[in-house]
Amino acid sequence: MDAIILQILNGLDKGSAYALIALGLTLIFGTLGVVNFAHGALFMIGAFCAVSLNKLLNLSFETVDPTRTDFLGNPAKIKTPYVESWFGPEFGAALIDWSVPLAILFSIPIMIAIGFIMERGLIKHFYRRPHADQILVTFGLAIVLQELIKHYYGANPIQTPAPDAFRGSFDFGAILGFDPNTIIYPYWRMIYFAFAAVVIGGVFAFLQFTTFGMVVRAGMADRETVGLLGINIDKRFTIMFGLAAAVAGLAGVMYAPINSPNYHMGMDFLVLSFVVVVVGGMGSLPGAVAAGFLLGILESFASMNEIKSILPGIDQIIIYVAAIIILLTRPRGLLGRKGVMED
Amino acid sequence: MNNKLTRRGLLKTGAVGGAGLALPTIFTSGASAFTNEPMGGTVTLGFNVPQSGPYADEGADELRAYQLAVEHLNGEGDGGMLNTFSSKVLEGNGILGKKVEYVTGDTQTKSDAARASAKSMIEKDGAVMITGGSSSGVAVAVQGLCQEAGVIFMAGLTHSNDTTGKDKKANGFRHFFNAYMSGAALAPVLTKMYGTDRKAYHLTADYTWGWTQEESIVAATEALGWETVNTVKTPLAATDFSSYITPILQTDADVLVLNHYGGNMVNSLTNAVQFGLRDKIVNGKNFEIVVPLYSRLMARGAGENVKGIFGSTNWHWSLQDEGSKAFVKSFGTKYGFPPSQAAHTCYVQTLLYADAVARAGSFNPCAVGEALEGFEFDGMGNGKTLYRAEDHQCFKDVLVVKGKDNPTSEFDLLEVVEVTPVEQVTYAPDHPMFAGGALGSCNPGA
Repeated sequence: MDAIILQILNGLDKGSAYALIALGLTLIFGTLGVVNFAHGALFMIGAFCAVSLNKLLNLSFETVDPTRTDFLGNPAKIKTPYVESWFGPEFGAALIDWSVPLAILFSIPIMIAIGFIMERGLIKHFYRRPHADQILVTFGLAIVLQELIKHYYGANPIQTPAPDAFRGSFDFGAILGFDPNTIIYPYWRMIYFAFAAVVIGGVFAFLQFTTFGMVVRAGMADRETVGLLGINIDKRFTIMFGLAAAVAGLAGVMYAPINSPNYHMGMDFLVLSFVVVVVGGMGSLPGAVAAGFLLGILESFASMNEIKSILPGIDQIIIYVAAIIILLTRPRGLLGRKGVMED
Repeated sequence: MNNKLTRRGLLKTGAVGGAGLALPTIFTSGASAFTNEPMGGTVTLGFNVPQSGPYADEGADELRAYQLAVEHLNGEGDGGMLNTFSSKVLEGNGILGKKVEYVTGDTQTKSDAARASAKSMIEKDGAVMITGGSSSGVAVAVQGLCQEAGVIFMAGLTHSNDTTGKDKKANGFRHFFNAYMSGAALAPVLTKMYGTDRKAYHLTADYTWGWTQEESIVAATEALGWETVNTVKTPLAATDFSSYITPILQTDADVLVLNHYGGNMVNSLTNAVQFGLRDKIVNGKNFEIVVPLYSRLMARGAGENVKGIFGSTNWHWSLQDEGSKAFVKSFGTKYGFPPSQAAHTCYVQTLLYADAVARAGSFNPCAVGEALEGFEFDGMGNGKTLYRAEDHQCFKDVLVVKGKDNPTSEFDLLEVVEVTPVEQVTYAPDHPMFAGGALGSCNPGA
């Protein structure tokens, strides 16, 4: 029982990342009709926003300490972060410690700007081109972006820790009446799940309860008619692209303490997120979220030793097996609109 | 039967016969006795390192070391380890008087890409020796190619037993230590620190290096009393190890052995610490984590999580022997930071190759191989070292290291806790973990 609870918890945080990325992908596909293979790169850039802010806050000046020597035997240079000298050692250290949560504020304008530039500068020229062209150009863009990140940040993962207050893990087992230390779960992963729930809720509320959101939903349903009513739907869709980029970026920022960011992390999530979108139903926002969590939990269960001993290697293919079964039995996906991908 | 001789038939027979007569002289002529024999005043070496892909930073450090080695061989710079190397035949005038030049290839840490770049350096650029790499899969693939092409392969960072075990080749040589040696050096330290009554759980990268390391560590620790609870293979492409780590909580294991390298190691260690494994008490003992193959570049990625964690390494810049000090000084002065173990092994391999050519008096791979086989040397940072003839593996002291509790800089992450003497890590050439292959005979190519 405790093993099952643990794998559900595991699936929830994995599913949170899938759901956030898939939500953005679906938003873009539903509004602009573009299959955006660069979406994983936006997730990666978000994580590197956290890395950048951490590095920025750690910018230091050097003073020579004659009492110590460096590895070559020269007097050692001691680095002191500027923020510690400007705001005092305690407040400066706290700023550095809280760099990941602070990066949420830092990343939103950056991600929206990157989304705007991507859409206006490149992707809008491919709206009337076949999906294959869109996939090629966005995939190429993803490679360019990840190579740029690798050039500036190197290929190795970069440690970006969560604030001290959120390190360590929470003993769920003790609350649920199990032995202590049998069901423990890291604080930051719990925060990630809660954060994902808030962001997803926010996006839905924005689309559901604002006039802007209503127009966008109308545009998703029938772009032409909304255009004929004199509404500049393209402008609103561009804003949605920026929003989708921000959602992917936020997912990346908060993911940085879970696994040290590297330039390749976007690609690792991209393919799975596409499967999530297809399983959920192309263009269906609730479908993307539901499929994200569902596949995350399935993947976690497939990694259990008991299951792998019966079906070796199942952990690596379970998501694709689930996708094949769902597409064969329900081609429109779990919550897809009737008729989509069914003709 | 028609015996009529025609003009066309005569020409054909003449051409075939002529070629047949000429053939033996093509192979025996001094002009092309072996692949890429250097003819002019220069000799070209091929540095095949990961310049892109997940190990690009390690590749960059390897390339820095190669450039430094070329400088020293050509008599530039301060000479580095040439001053401390026990063999004194290299005089800083290139190799056999020929100026050393180099070309580089990008292995991308993919076997096919690595073979293609090595092939191109051999066929297009005329490289007489190929060296480098940061993965055992790549090393085995490129070693096979060099054997077919008739050039020497001086392996870079490769730790799988197979490189000088079942996949060994007469044209291939490895200076880096291997998984068996890690187990033999690490197990006694682990039992000394954590006791002999321990239950270990292994997470292992699912490819040649992971398998041989797991086998080696399991054998070495079980021999000293540990029990192995489970061994779980994880896909090389895995990034989040949480679903592999949570099952450990359900077992009575009190040690986690991470047979991971690179990004895998950074992520699995970070995840294990996040899940509170290091704060856990099982069987009345503190839960411990072990990373058998450590790399400073990767320790940096794992940050604070490496503190207090034991592992092994081929070499570390803090060693105080004359060879290590000379190398760290040269490298540190040129690049501003201390070299990694990958840089060290690549630098040493280049000097060892050059020295073997000089002692053999020839670039012929068979003569070079003969000069390397059974060669004993010192002054290269690991104490007295033997290039064993039977399997082309270097035998030298192995370092057991621990993540430092109070690092003073971003390079000062590991401390050497024991230098395990070479006798303790030496094994018979026919040891079962290395069985199944044969060196074969050297191939000079051409």
